[in-house]
Amino acid sequence: MSTSKLNPKVFDKDVEQKAIRKGFGEGFLEAGKENKNVVGLCADLTESTQMILFKQAFPERFIEVGVAEQNLASVASGMAATGKIPFISSYAMFSPGRNWEQIRTTICYNNTNVKIAGSHAGVSVGPDGGTHQALEDLALMRVLPRMTVISPCDAIEAKKATMAAARHQGPTYIRLAREKTPIITTNETPFEIGKAEILYESDNKANVGIIATGSLVHNALLAAKQLEADGFAIKVLNLSTIKPLDQEMLISLARETGAIVTVEEHQIAGGMGSAVSEFLAAAYPVQMAFVGVNDRFGQSGRPEELIEYYGMGVDSIVEAVRKVRARK
Amino acid sequence: MIALSDDEIQTLEERANEIRKSIIEMLVEAGSGHTAGPLGMADVFTALYFHVLKQDPKNPAWPDRDRLVLSNGHICPVLYAAMAYAGYFPVSELKTLRKFGSRLQGHPHREFLPMLETSSGPLGSGLSQAVGMALADRIDRGRSSSRYIYCLMSDGELDEGQSWEAAMLAGKEKLRNLIAIIDRNNIQIDGFTEDVMPLDPVRDRWESWNWHVQEISGHNFREIVGAIDEAKGTFEKPSVIIAHTIPGKGVKEFERDFHWHGKPPNKEQAKMALAELRTLGGKIRSEHQ
Repeated sequence: MSTSKLNPKVFDKDVEQKAIRKGFGEGFLEAGKENKNVVGLCADLTESTQMILFKQAFPERFIEVGVAEQNLASVASGMAATGKIPFISSYAMFSPGRNWEQIRTTICYNNTNVKIAGSHAGVSVGPDGGTHQALEDLALMRVLPRMTVISPCDAIEAKKATMAAARHQGPTYIRLAREKTPIITTNETPFEIGKAEILYESDNKANVGIIATGSLVHNALLAAKQLEADGFAIKVLNLSTIKPLDQEMLISLARETGAIVTVEEHQIAGGMGSAVSEFLAAAYPVQMAFVGVNDRFGQSGRPEELIEYYGMGVDSIVEAVRKVRARK
Repeated sequence: MIALSDDEIQTLEERANEIRKSIIEMLVEAGSGHTAGPLGMADVFTALYFHVLKQDPKNPAWPDRDRLVLSNGHICPVLYAAMAYAGYFPVSELKTLRKFGSRLQGHPHREFLPMLETSSGPLGSGLSQAVGMALADRIDRGRSSSRYIYCLMSDGELDEGQSWEAAMLAGKEKLRNLIAIIDRNNIQIDGFTEDVMPLDPVRDRWESWNWHVQEISGHNFREIVGAIDEAKGTFEKPSVIIAHTIPGKGVKEFERDFHWHGKPPNKEQAKMALAELRTLGGKIRSEHQ
C-alpha cells in the first residue's frame, strides 16, 4: 500500500485528534494576517466556530451581529461589495440552513466575495441532537451557481482550505465539524481548491474506489485497510472540493476501478455522492453505492455511536464495498 | 446646505414629471411590472439623483461616490428612469425593461447592469447590505467619512424580520453615514399595510433601536432635501426618513389604490396617464390643446 500523503500514525489507536473547526480558526487568523481586507462576522458563536482567534487579533475587523443569520449573510454581502473579503460563521444548521435565500440572492446572484463557514455539521455534533445536526448543507450550497463548496477532512486541511478560500475569488462554503477527529493529512499533503487527492492505494490495481469527504475519510481509510486484508484492492480519494468536482480524477478512478462507493456525513440525497453520480452517470457510468444518512434526522448521542447507528461506520463502508464489487 | 430656491424646485418638479412619464412608458411597453411604488417615489429619487448624491454617472465605479441601495427592487422603473436621466445610460434603453437580454431586468441585477450597487427583489435584505457597506466604510475611512450610504426601502418590507435585524445592528454600531428612506405609502400587494400587518407606531420602532427618525412628505422637495441634511448632521446614530407618499402619485386614477401595486397600465390607461402627466394634472396646457 502507498500512504505517502498520510499522517504516519493515521492507522494507530493513538492517532492525534483535533477538531476541524480549530483548523478553520487558525487558517482564518492567518488569512487575516495575509490580507487586511479580510473581515469576520459572527452570529453569537465566536468561540464555537473558532472565529475568536481572528477577533482577538483584529477586533476592528470583526463584527458581532447577534443571533441573526439572515442579516449575517447580507451584511457580509454589503461589505464584500466595497472590496472586503468577509468570512461569516455560525453552525451549518443556521448558516446556510436558515439564510439560504440571502446567500442565494445577496451573495451568489450578486456575485459577492463572501466565505461561509458552517460549523458543527453532521450527526457527530452529538448530544445537542437533531436540530443542530446539519445533514443538508452540502446539498443547499452546491445547487447554487457560482458557489464553491469545500469539506475538509481534518484540521490541517481545514486550515489550508480556509487560507485558500480567502485567496479564491467568489462565494465559498467551508463545512466544519465540532468534535475532535483524527489527523489524516500532514502539512505537506497537497491542497488546492478543485483538486482531489488519492490518500491511499493498494499495491495491486484497485478494483473499488472509495470517495470520501470530511472526517469520514478516516473511516474510509480504516475500511480500505480491512478490505485489503480480505483481498480487495482499494483506492481512497479525499474529495474535499465538492464543487467544482475534480472531473479528471473522478473519470480516472471510475475507469480504473469500475466500482465506486461514496462516503459522507450528510443526507445521501443531494450531497457529495449525488454530485459524483450526476457527473459519472453521464461521463463514465460505473456501479456505485452511497454511504451517508438515508432520509432521516439525527438525534442525541455520542458522535461515534451516532455514526454507527446512521450507517456511516467502518462496517457499513466495508459492506457497501462488498456489495458494489459483487454487482460489477 | 442652502435651502432650495424656487427655481431649483421647479427644475426638480419638471424632472420628476419626466421620470413619471418614462415609468408609464416603460411599464406599458413591458406589459408587466409595478406602477404605484415607482410613481410614488419619483420625487424622492429625483431629489437624490439630481440634487443629493455624490456621484459621477460617466464613472459609476468612482471610489468616493455615495452608494444607493434599492431594497424593494420591484420599484426599479423609478431607479432606472432616474439613472438614465442622470446620464448613466441612454434614456432610449428604458423601453427594454423586462425584455430578454435587457440590462434592465424585472428586478435589478448587478450582473446585467454593473453600475447598480446591488441586486434586489426578495424583500428585507437591502438594509443589511447597506449596513455592510457602512461598516466597511468605517473600517476604511473612520467615523468622519464623508461618504453616505442610502437605503431605499418600502413600508411593506418591514414585515420581514431581517429588516429589524439590520436596524438593530446599525443602531448598535451607530452608523452615522447610513440614511434609510422608507416609502411610507401604506399599501402592499394584499391591501393596506395596517390591515395586512400593522406597522404603526413605526416611528417608535425605529427610535427604540437607536435611530434618528424624521417624518416628511415624500413629495415636497424642500422637506426631502432638508431631512437628508439633518440626517447628515446627526453624528451618533443612523438616520431613517419616513417619507409619506401617495402610491401612484401624479395620476389621479392610480393614486392611493393598492390594486396598482403590482400591475402595469394597459394602453388606454397609459394614454390617459401620460396626458395627465403632460399637463401636470391640468396645471399646464400643451400647445396642441
